[in-house]
Amino acid sequence: MNTPTEIEDLLRELAPQVLGALVRRYRDFDTCEDAVQEALLAAALQWPAEGIPANPKRWLTTVASRRWIERWREEAARRRREQTAAALAPPQPEPVPAVDDTLTLLLLCCHPSLTQASQVALTLRAVGGLTTTEIARAFLVPEATVAQRISRAKQRIRASGTEFRMPSGTERSERIAAVLQVLYLIFNEGYTASSGPSLHRVELTSQAIRLTRQLRQRLPEDGEVAGLLALMLLTDARRPARTSPDGELVPLAEQDRNRWDAQAIAEGVALITQALASAPIGPYQLQAAIAAVHDEAARFEDTDWDQILGLYELLHTIAPGPMVTLNRIVAVAMVHGPRAGLRQLAAAEADPGLAGHHRLDAVRAHLLELADDQEAARAAYRLAARRTLSLAEQRYLESRAARLSPPTRA
Amino acid sequence: MKYLILIYGNPASRKIWEGFSDDQRAEGFRYYAALTEELAASGELIVSEALADPSLTTRVSVRDGTTLTSDGPFAEAKELLAGFFLLECESVERAVEVAARVPEAAFGLVEVRPILNLGGMEM
Repeated sequence: MNTPTEIEDLLRELAPQVLGALVRRYRDFDTCEDAVQEALLAAALQWPAEGIPANPKRWLTTVASRRWIERWREEAARRRREQTAAALAPPQPEPVPAVDDTLTLLLLCCHPSLTQASQVALTLRAVGGLTTTEIARAFLVPEATVAQRISRAKQRIRASGTEFRMPSGTERSERIAAVLQVLYLIFNEGYTASSGPSLHRVELTSQAIRLTRQLRQRLPEDGEVAGLLALMLLTDARRPARTSPDGELVPLAEQDRNRWDAQAIAEGVALITQALASAPIGPYQLQAAIAAVHDEAARFEDTDWDQILGLYELLHTIAPGPMVTLNRIVAVAMVHGPRAGLRQLAAAEADPGLAGHHRLDAVRAHLLELADDQEAARAAYRLAARRTLSLAEQRYLESRAARLSPPTRA
Repeated sequence: MKYLILIYGNPASRKIWEGFSDDQRAEGFRYYAALTEELAASGELIVSEALADPSLTTRVSVRDGTTLTSDGPFAEAKELLAGFFLLECESVERAVEVAARVPEAAFGLVEVRPILNLGGMEM
């Protein structure tokens, strides 16, 4: 007998393949997606008791096709076209086309007419094979919100008249960039969640890694896809050490590196090394390279900050942004001393994307602490704690401030 | 990111509403319905509600394990919460853009508050 996890993994693996086959046959993505969800639910109920069928993909395609026909007939009846509906014979369960549509599906789910929240929800359901309930639990929003997001997103795709095919040229690369962004967003949602009560959210990181692996199988030559997968692996490898047992954030400098996932680091390092050697450089590859330098240091003191600074300079040139600016300044401080970092921080404050941002105050606090200006460091930590939108960060920043409290006079 | 858009009412805004004709009120409701529908269609809406009249407020306090209640109206507050939108949107700029379309914004009665999340970045 198969375990529920085995069945779940298999269903999630098959979900995009079955959906692709259905969309090829019936064209209409909206109803096909609903039909596949129903087939997945039916399988999740039947397979644990009856065992996995000999050809699980065919089983799912047949059940989903039946559901599609039922829905089509209901719809046709509603439109008083019973005659046509009755004439429609149930489709033959075979042949299931031997094409792999996962990539086309990913591009469709990350369609530019959708908001990011909708792209994420649709990707996780249609390609990831997650249920609406699972997505809602992971994102801490009501199930009705997710259900509505998905149905509205499908309506919008239909209204846009997009066909189920692979776009070409510039459009193709722009659309792949949107997919990478959605996958990275899913990863970060899970990664930034602390352990313990947020277990459902942590599952998002494994879903993001799984989907990015699938994408890499389809685009093995794409350096940025490899870079994103490496970045996820190298970041996720630190997860066991980044929170304390009671859910407090542990900074990189204080993490127990023995608890890092050595296997994930090895895989990530190999991936990024190969990508950097063979593909045009891009922002995900550079971020992965930085993560690799951190992960390869046995102790925090061994970190090769010169190399990290060089990589941030490069990233700052090809993909500038407020967080890149801040992280580059941290590297400057580690190479040239905290005062040098603080000077650059004062200049960076003019950037409207950074003015008043809690990360800027947190970096300033950290550099002031390194420069041994305890009074100013404490004030900056407190300011950062007030400005952050994260409870975990607030706790961390307040504890740093408290650590610097002046000794009470006897 | 989740944002709460808070819509307040004050004596002046209530007076304007009370002075509206039936048609003007119907127009107001239609405007709100269309805004809510648009936010649902974009996937950004989590929930939106309008609150009943402030005079129907019940204040709750617990003293020594006993629950005490007192009923409104409470004269001391000039501006009272009248309704809210809970949204999930890509940036605070987007939340502000939506807030600016709430009619009460013309009277300075609309606020955007970010929601604290449970996650946190490595520092």
